[in-house]
Amino acid sequence: MAEFIEVDVRGLSCPEPVLLVMDAMDEHPGETIHVIGDEAHTRTNIEKTLKYQKKDFQTEQKNGCFEITFQA
Amino acid sequence: MKLFNNTWKLAIAGAIVGVLAALLAFFGNPANMAICVACFIRDTAGALSLHSAAPVQYFRPEIVGFVVGAFLISLITKEYKATAGSAPMIRFLLGMIMMIGALVFLGCPLRMVLRMSAGDLNAYVALIGFAGGVATGTLFLKKGFSLGRAYETKKANGMVLPIALIILLIIGVATGAYAASTEGPGSMHAPIAISLIVALIIGVIAQMSRMCFAGSIRDVILMKNFDLISIIGALFVVMLIYNIATGNFHLSFSGQPIAHSQHLWNILGMYVVGFGAVLAGGCPLRQLILAGQGSSDSAVTFLGMLLGAAFAHNFGLAGAAAKAATETEAAVAGGPATAGKVAVIACIIVLFIIAVTNKRNLKRGQ
Repeated sequence: MAEFIEVDVRGLSCPEPVLLVMDAMDEHPGETIHVIGDEAHTRTNIEKTLKYQKKDFQTEQKNGCFEITFQA
Repeated sequence: MKLFNNTWKLAIAGAIVGVLAALLAFFGNPANMAICVACFIRDTAGALSLHSAAPVQYFRPEIVGFVVGAFLISLITKEYKATAGSAPMIRFLLGMIMMIGALVFLGCPLRMVLRMSAGDLNAYVALIGFAGGVATGTLFLKKGFSLGRAYETKKANGMVLPIALIILLIIGVATGAYAASTEGPGSMHAPIAISLIVALIIGVIAQMSRMCFAGSIRDVILMKNFDLISIIGALFVVMLIYNIATGNFHLSFSGQPIAHSQHLWNILGMYVVGFGAVLAGGCPLRQLILAGQGSSDSAVTFLGMLLGAAFAHNFGLAGAAAKAATETEAAVAGGPATAGKVAVIACIIVLFIIAVTNKRNLKRGQ
């Protein structure tokens, strides 16, 4: 098992990415979650959701994709 | 994106769109249609002679403006991304279905809000259906509905629709080749340049704010997030003020322009739109914006809407507007004819089939 849970939301329509991230948080409390996605509005949506949930997160932009890492 | 990063800024975005919609109505667009996406796609279908309903034929520069505005701003902000491949034929079908539902009610979710702001009680009835449709779609989302992933495609692929629309507009203006209504809603329009410029601005704002009518209710149900609905709320308030100030506010069921009071069919028509929009990942306006920022799946949804509008008028599915009796003609109750009612029921059945048969199948790698 890897050290983190990976959630790949690339190419998914709204609001699936946010739903998947929320599911992952419910299923893996306390673990490190690594979200990879590609659409700018998806990134905004996920970051907003995490802010509402008061989670600290880090976002990295890598060749057209974004990666958000946080502790569930 | 930073420009619209919190709720009150999003509300301002909605208010600006409201002012712009009022501006277009002021310059000649049908008053409580202003920038209705379903109505304008229908008029565009008519202009291209995909249907021949004489009162609703006009190549609407607004449709071009919404798509191209989103296209240009996404190029500037580098959010443009050519994608495709998330169940395009199902999305085509969803586009058709949304349009048929909208034309039975006589308006997309945007026009529903505009009609509400003018006191049209039929639109409040339709809102029940729309919210119900969004709730149904959201339920399936929770149960794992998915149309699958879109993948990055050739950059030019995503540019086909915006560029084609620009060229079609230029051809229309230069040659006058398209059909154009001489009476009815299609004959009422702002000057082309004003329509286009205002729509470009709306396209930009809608892209940056992610404005979506289906999404606004969906987000409230799904995650108690009021961001998107604040845009719609502000739009409603601005139009309400405009309508009251200009004497266009009449709280009633009857005597509303281009509307009917067949409550059941208003509810079911908008139920179809709400349900379809959630499954498609956005309302008709949002589909145009996504198509502008490179989504071929949304461009295909647009084509579905265009064909849906043509079907709706070629086969008598669209609702008829109610008319009061005149000296020469009897009153018309309006609403959909039998074919339209059958079509709405069929659309609902197809939506349930699509919702049940498309499940998420993603490996969430550990």
